[in-house]
Amino acid sequence: MTSKIKFVHGNEACVRGALYAGVNFFAGYPITPSTEIAEILSQKLPEQGDKFIQMEDEIASMCAIIGASLTGHKVMTATSGPGFSLKQEALGYACMAEIPCVIVNVQRGGPSTGNPTHVSQGDVNQARWGTHGDHSIIALTASNHQDIFETTVNAFNFAETYRTPVILLFDETICHMREKLIIPRKNDIPIVNRFRTSLKKHVDYHPYLPREDGRLPMSDFGDVHRYNVTGLFHDMWGFPSNNPKIVQELLHHINDKIENSIHEITKYKEHYLENAEYILISYGSSARSAIHMAKNRTQRGEKIGVLELQSLWPFPHALVREKCSKAKAVLVVEMNMGQILNQVKLALGDSKNVFLANRIDGNLITPTNIKALLRVIQGRGV
Amino acid sequence: MSVKDYIRERFFPHIWCPGCGHGIVLNSFLRAVEQLKINKNKIVITSGIGCSARISGYVDFHSLHTIHGRALAFATGLKLSKPKLKIIVPMGDGDALAIGGNHFIHAARRNIDVTAIIMNNRIYGMTGGQYSPLSGLNIKASTAPFLTIENDFNIVELAKAAGASFVARTTTYHVLEAVTLLKKAIKHKGFSVIEILSQCPTYFGRKNKKGDACSMLELYKKNTGKIGSKKLNNNPDLIKRGIFVNNNKPEYCEEYEKIIQKAATAAAIRQI
Amino acid sequence: MARLKLKEHLINQDWCKGCGICVHFCPKKVLKLNAMERVEVLNPENCICCKFCELRCPDLAIEVLTTQDGKHD
Ligand SMILES: Cc1ncc(C[n+]2csc(CCOP(=O)(O)OP(=O)(O)O)c2C)c(N)n1
Ligand code: SF4
Ligand code: SF4
Ligand code: SF4
Repeated sequence: MTSKIKFVHGNEACVRGALYAGVNFFAGYPITPSTEIAEILSQKLPEQGDKFIQMEDEIASMCAIIGASLTGHKVMTATSGPGFSLKQEALGYACMAEIPCVIVNVQRGGPSTGNPTHVSQGDVNQARWGTHGDHSIIALTASNHQDIFETTVNAFNFAETYRTPVILLFDETICHMREKLIIPRKNDIPIVNRFRTSLKKHVDYHPYLPREDGRLPMSDFGDVHRYNVTGLFHDMWGFPSNNPKIVQELLHHINDKIENSIHEITKYKEHYLENAEYILISYGSSARSAIHMAKNRTQRGEKIGVLELQSLWPFPHALVREKCSKAKAVLVVEMNMGQILNQVKLALGDSKNVFLANRIDGNLITPTNIKALLRVIQGRGV
Repeated sequence: MSVKDYIRERFFPHIWCPGCGHGIVLNSFLRAVEQLKINKNKIVITSGIGCSARISGYVDFHSLHTIHGRALAFATGLKLSKPKLKIIVPMGDGDALAIGGNHFIHAARRNIDVTAIIMNNRIYGMTGGQYSPLSGLNIKASTAPFLTIENDFNIVELAKAAGASFVARTTTYHVLEAVTLLKKAIKHKGFSVIEILSQCPTYFGRKNKKGDACSMLELYKKNTGKIGSKKLNNNPDLIKRGIFVNNNKPEYCEEYEKIIQKAATAAAIRQI
Repeated sequence: MARLKLKEHLINQDWCKGCGICVHFCPKKVLKLNAMERVEVLNPENCICCKFCELRCPDLAIEVLTTQDGKHD
């Protein structure tokens, strides 16, 4: 089969990636600007014999995909700010019970109902800390449709590899604009499928006992192994326990399995970064403006590069440190009040040369916006 | 097989208080499953949070102990993704109808093939005796020191109005009836609701001077009447027991199969 | 139908919580709670094998073992 060239909006690129990765169950609730994901899947999934359901709210959608994941399906839900808030408790459940699933948040302006039809990147911190308790999370993003496609495939792969929810943090601009997408051929991007136990009937299966390589084989509900799944701290059979040793070990496990895999999870792109004196760190649709600006200035001989992050959590502090060690100044370009900025400051320690180029009025940050700040930093006036 | 073959014996004695009705519901439920002879691997029991919800850990089926109020939403995902599973959802009255009320009416509306067992003790047991949407008027609870002023739901009427295709009510006193009704509810194709009045002697009983578990069971005997019985005909104000709804309207997962057929046909036509 | 005949009451003292439900509702007053607040069989000969004690026990702590009178299979 040859590659197929499409002209689609970002939400469709996400759906195409999900289908390529093998999504076969979706539950959701309509919300701008993510709704097209549900609409397209309501057609595509039944066409291939799979299930789509519109639930009564986002909480129910999140719960339904967890249920479907336990029967062995690759599952996804899609939402935006207010709906993402509603999903938090069940999202934390999926972290605790280690259930693979993918949650798309097409960000819009918040808090509250905010600015539904306008862009924002205000949910970056919520993706990391929206739930209660300590746990790690994987959150990925993208700035163009080809990357949305691939990132979505990665999200499913990570969910299966680490038995964890993975968040896709897209934004209104990127998901509503249209551009070219080339659908890769089968096997061009590797797919990680459900890792099931090979243990037979009557052999004691431990759903929560990691193997030496850290992976936890699963067993589908309905299969021969009957075990317990709970959001309480639990032992290796999944049964509730408040034994201090078990509690502490499990908490470490759900954090370490992700933090220790930061190299495998971290995805980024460099644009004109070599010898750059000024580095723009950006992601999602704001990265498009950053890249545009850098390209423009580089052509005029200025040394401005972009570090485009495609994975936001776990945050790649070491990578940022390495790439920015020689920069005169670092500008974080994002559409919030400095959520990634804080991580960059944490990474670079010395925050005197770290600046925020942001826009929070619901409009896409432009290359001109970024240039204006850069001129001030460079001491070239406003 | 005996009842013991269906439990995870190593977790007994269970956590419920002496005389707790939830244990009797467990007892009746085990007998129903035993008599129906369903393969244990085909049953998933999924529950939320509460004393009642703990039932899922004690039975030797696939068990999914979830978050407060949301078990029916998890159940919907389980069932729709793998329709051949039997899904049983035991819930407390707070779990099912306060925080979970929305999921309850929507599961009923869809008529998805899931069995909801509502263990109604009219109080929040697990958190220490606060009033629930089933407490009703003039009840003492740890958050109603001056007695409740809120009306309660009628679970049967609510389930009926929302579209459940099997609705029944019984009590922990009427154990033979409970086993029979549970069997019918589990066998029923569609959303089945069985409300079982279940005593919480520790909080509801003590706070409302209803005596111990035995006295509370005596009240179930006295204050309820079986549909069609002379007792009920003579005292129509008694709480009714029995089957209120039992019909065969289209079940959600079966209807979904038709969607798949339609979608496949449409896709085939597009290909031409 | 053959009548059930009592073999024995199997009581799990470790599971019994002494709630007294089985004692209270036994139609023949066969059972009692002992000083340890655990159930005990007082008059087995009066048992009519209705099994209500077993069915109403919240703790699955009592089982009424029976044989079928006059029928061996
Ligand atoms: C989101 C959330 N809110 C509140 C609680 C606390 N909580 C646990 S169980 C419960 C109520 C239990 O009452 P019910 O469902 O009637 O069951 P019972 O314990 O009486 O069997 C509450 C409020 C919780 N666990 N999660
Ligand atoms: S608190 Fe009430 S509902 Fe909970 S176990 Fe005790 S008696 Fe049962
Ligand atoms: S009903 Fe069960 S728990 Fe209660 S006293 Fe009898 S045997 Fe013990
Ligand atoms: S079987 Fe019936 S008569 Fe015999 S002890 Fe139990 S309740 Fe009493």
